[in-house]
Amino acid sequence: MHPFSLTKAANTREALNAGRKGGRYIAGGTTLVDLMRETVERPETLVDISDLPLREVSVTERGGLRIGALVSMAESAAHPKVRSLFPVVSEALELSASAQLRNMATIGGNIMQRTRCTYFRDVTADCNKREPGSGCAALHGFNRMHAILGASDVCVATHPSDVAVAFAALEATVHLLGPDGERTVPFADFLLRPGNTPNREQALRKGELITAVEIPALPRPLKSGYLKVRDRQSYEFALTSAAVALHIRSGVIREAKVAAGGVGTVPWKLPAVEKHLVGERPSESLWAAAAERAADGARPLDHNRFKVALLKRTVERQLRIVGGTK
Amino acid sequence: MSTELPQSSVPPPTGVDEPSSAPTRRTFIATTTAVGAVVAGGVIGGTLLVDDEVAAAGAPPESRVSLTVNGTRRTVTVDNRTSLLDLLREQFGLTGSKKGCNAGACGACTVFVDGRRVNSCLTLAVRLEGAEVTTIEGLAEGDELHPLQQAFVDEDAFQCGYCTPGQIMSGVGCIQEGHTGSPEEIREWMSGNICRCGCYVKIVRAVEQTAARK
Repeated sequence: MHPFSLTKAANTREALNAGRKGGRYIAGGTTLVDLMRETVERPETLVDISDLPLREVSVTERGGLRIGALVSMAESAAHPKVRSLFPVVSEALELSASAQLRNMATIGGNIMQRTRCTYFRDVTADCNKREPGSGCAALHGFNRMHAILGASDVCVATHPSDVAVAFAALEATVHLLGPDGERTVPFADFLLRPGNTPNREQALRKGELITAVEIPALPRPLKSGYLKVRDRQSYEFALTSAAVALHIRSGVIREAKVAAGGVGTVPWKLPAVEKHLVGERPSESLWAAAAERAADGARPLDHNRFKVALLKRTVERQLRIVGGTK
Repeated sequence: MSTELPQSSVPPPTGVDEPSSAPTRRTFIATTTAVGAVVAGGVIGGTLLVDDEVAAAGAPPESRVSLTVNGTRRTVTVDNRTSLLDLLREQFGLTGSKKGCNAGACGACTVFVDGRRVNSCLTLAVRLEGAEVTTIEGLAEGDELHPLQQAFVDEDAFQCGYCTPGQIMSGVGCIQEGHTGSPEEIREWMSGNICRCGCYVKIVRAVEQTAARK
């Protein structure tokens, strides 16, 4: 680990001042400290933001939900409003990491976490994300865990978060505070696909701080849930996952929100699947036909061709679990 | 009770037992492979450092931190890179908490910080000003073992014992959090603690029985 200095921000103004000068924000630290030890991350200054007042979960006026950036994964998952309004968020969180890590890690940090690509984490390997221009060892390497959607010729790393898949499905917005004031960014625009600049992962300006993630109000009743498929039953990253939310009234699907994880360079929204569902009545054949569109545009690599079929089956199963059949 | 550790009593950050500044196995192998010899960086205090770390080793930033460990208030100056795990083991002599993966993947280092189970290997000691830390050494009441410690003995819930302190701390957390409704629930909420000997059946039984006695 490289030496670093650390300042603790007493308030947001102090944090932003330090951030503007190039300091790296640290909250739970579960990704950052790990990557610093591997010397993948080499910040000169850390800005401890754990004292900032960003720990509230609140229902918005219109019936959505706002989760403060510093609410831990454990607290977010267990919050009664999160559990009752958006079970898909609680489930995605509780299927992530371990109880210990969920006690440490925060919502803001979770969506900022970096890929688990082994070549990214290995400072001796070529990686355009870690060292732009060095090449991508994963492209023709051991890429079983890598992306089949949203990749480029320079990077095929997946985004590892589960709850980000739920946020993408629900069309959440990210609240940011920077030297120039507040702004909000749709979740779909917050995490960036690699393109030719895989080192740029979020639509953050210098010194900007995540203050909250807001889930918009959705028509009720809303059923939602998260399914994660992985190599072991717990404490493992997803091979594939599906976040599904359905608003069904008078036997007809009126709203469908679907996204997939473990397969994309960013959480992968599935508009073709959603479109196939809206206006239809739940049935076994509908789930199968809609899920058939889940891997549209997929470009599998040498070792992850299985993900195409696995993704479709994951989405189909989760549609059935959430939507039932009649 | 308060223990004031003067700065001079703190081991230098580049000492043999200060893994936070030591190269990882991966960087060590890479460095030595690259030049074909073990002279790539330099040897300070018996520890091989990669080049840029040698340059930076002049005066790594330190901070003073006061925290309570198992009821004892301690004030210490640490290299900012020091993990809570290294502080406990190398400076406070509390070697119950174990270093397994040093990356948050095995749970052997599990301790309580302000009442919540966490991975001490991923916790920077410098950020713990005012924190209350409880380790496996602080669990028993005098000579009387904590009920979960006793259950591990009664159930023979270990073989080599290396993961046991972490399993027990995590198990206490699991019981406090109320995730002991079934063996399946215990397994899920204890999944952050890996046991290479494969004693899971008995670990789950020990947690289940302790929870039932509460």
